[in-house]
Amino acid sequence: MARQRAESMTDYSPAELDTLALHAGGKPDPATGARATPIYQTASYCFPDSDYAAALFNMERPGHVYSRLSNPTTAVLEERIAALEGGVGAIATASGQAALQLAIMTIMDAGSHIVASSALYGGSHNLLAYTLPRFGITTTFVDARDEDAIRTAIRPETRLIFGETVGNPGLDVLNIPVVSKIAHDNGIPLLVDSTFTTPYLVRPFELGADLVMHSATKFLSGHGIVIGGLLVDGGRFDWEGSGKFPQLSEPYKGFHNLVFTEEFGPAAFISRARKEGLRDFGACQSPTSAFYILQGMETLGVRMEKHVSNTRAVVDFLNAHDAVAGVAHPDLSGHPDHALASELYPKGTSAVFTFEIKGGRDAGIAFVNGLSLFSHLANVGDAKSLVIHPASTTHFRMDEAALAAAGIGEGTIRLSVGLEDPKDLITDLKAGLRAAEKVAGGRS
Amino acid sequence: MKLVASGKGTYVYTNNKAIDPAKPSVVFIHGAGFDHSVWTLFARHFSRHDWNVITLDLPGHGRSEGPVLESIEEMASWTIELIDTLGLNSVALVGHSMGSLITLEAASRLGDRVTHAVLIGSISPMPVSEPILDATANKPGAAHSMLTSFGFSKQNLMGGNPNPGMWMVSDSMRRYEDEAQNALDSDMRACNAYQRGLEAASEITAPTLMLHGDADRLTPLRATKPLQDALSNTRMDIIPGAGHSLMVEDPNYVLDQLKIHLL
Repeated sequence: MARQRAESMTDYSPAELDTLALHAGGKPDPATGARATPIYQTASYCFPDSDYAAALFNMERPGHVYSRLSNPTTAVLEERIAALEGGVGAIATASGQAALQLAIMTIMDAGSHIVASSALYGGSHNLLAYTLPRFGITTTFVDARDEDAIRTAIRPETRLIFGETVGNPGLDVLNIPVVSKIAHDNGIPLLVDSTFTTPYLVRPFELGADLVMHSATKFLSGHGIVIGGLLVDGGRFDWEGSGKFPQLSEPYKGFHNLVFTEEFGPAAFISRARKEGLRDFGACQSPTSAFYILQGMETLGVRMEKHVSNTRAVVDFLNAHDAVAGVAHPDLSGHPDHALASELYPKGTSAVFTFEIKGGRDAGIAFVNGLSLFSHLANVGDAKSLVIHPASTTHFRMDEAALAAAGIGEGTIRLSVGLEDPKDLITDLKAGLRAAEKVAGGRS
Repeated sequence: MKLVASGKGTYVYTNNKAIDPAKPSVVFIHGAGFDHSVWTLFARHFSRHDWNVITLDLPGHGRSEGPVLESIEEMASWTIELIDTLGLNSVALVGHSMGSLITLEAASRLGDRVTHAVLIGSISPMPVSEPILDATANKPGAAHSMLTSFGFSKQNLMGGNPNPGMWMVSDSMRRYEDEAQNALDSDMRACNAYQRGLEAASEITAPTLMLHGDADRLTPLRATKPLQDALSNTRMDIIPGAGHSLMVEDPNYVLDQLKIHLL
């Protein structure tokens, strides 16, 4: 049956984001009354009797069997992100990379093909460009702003379009309504990495995306203390009607010929991802990691608001500085996606962005070395401000052409703006820029 | 499995098993705007216990051809024809919400061919408010939101689902979106119009279980008394903290009660 999209894609939600971030999925612990979500640090769970055990294994009862498959603490996190995104369900994974791999492996076989934005996180690029081809899954990278390029890249064996809400590191804004329409016209889903934006800035399902993934290591947890990923199923993609996904619409020998679309309706994808991908590949998230991520998510709204306002102050400062050749942030009218970002992400795009320092590579290194408040490391989305030089670190495996396609130059600096007082951040940036100017000298 | 009932292509989920009239049988009947998949967990359980499970998609719902049937009486006739088509002499009937009204009507006509009846989230009459009927006719997105909002207890709207990682609010929205728009509207009008429930209930001799959430906001617990009084052989079980979507809100409790009643 064709899926109808009601007059609005906006989902019913029982509460606003700040409330859901604190309450969704969690209740006072029924065993102890503990108000905080307890860490259920256990591998497995006792069965009341043999029939109950058989019912759990045969999916007649919901519940927990073994913490690789599900765990009461991670289940709260999964339900909470599903609530925040407006999805039917979610799975917590060991990392953001594990979430991407789980999404791909659930709906693809050897011979399948992906169309992906060229503006991706370096780790995602590695997986798609170098690792998955070893297993027969190939990817064509395209400029996601180029609709014709996306359409042209789609082949009969294409099973997914993949992009980031704002591309890493140039903040290319993914036109989710346009790209999702191209995907759906071709009977394939759109997977969106919303790590930089979080549900505070955008809810991709409302714009047409079908699957959403996060590196929860970043803004969702928000404090740089944990590695974790999340994969969310919007529940709207018509896997059966597409005819391209026998993994979901035909009998699965790995579970007594179960047909996921037949038995789980809108939750077909996330059910197979748990019953197969989490079971067999095993990249589950530990309950302690889930606890840390939950703690961070409780303050998602207030943190993101501050991240965005601090970023605006830093962007304005850098954009006006003589030592800076250019700032790539959609808040600025000169960014190619300024208008699109204002339309799709009215609360802001991200607290991660890049700028080009005058003087090239040496000036970039001097700038990083001249900072003291910004931490030089390979991460983003921390409460503390962070800095890195992508060409020599996160994207070092890319050749010159791939770097250029991703909008990265030798003098590109990536900042992740934290929650410090913006005056102190700007003071620190001034020190870095003075160091860069000394190196650049007359060359700039 | 696909079969022809009333001359139309019909789908019933049987857990991939052929129907054997020698075995006990249970027919699961879904509510307004839904389909067979709301019963997956329970059907799998009774199937493992060697029952025939007939988990139907009413005409115009899920995978069954339309048109949608416009009255509870027609839906009951269709259900009985399906049972006859499958060659079943006796069945247990389990219905949720609108499905419980179909259960009442069908059970009253089938007499001693019904071994057990289960009415989940059931009241009779089952009036539907004018704002909901207006929404189902003219503003489907608003109707989905209203029915989802009132379909769960206030406590359960914030989640805590026993099914790990599932957000039942959006799952409910997607299920309504999946159905043809006219099906939900027609179903709600059929519920509103059905007036024979108490009379039908008085004609049922099979042992009947009523399952109800004490925080049901669509069919309030206080409105169940006329139906309880009309049934001569009934047991009422109240699920604490649950609303109208009992199979989602507390599936383990529902299964425990079904086992007590049917096995």
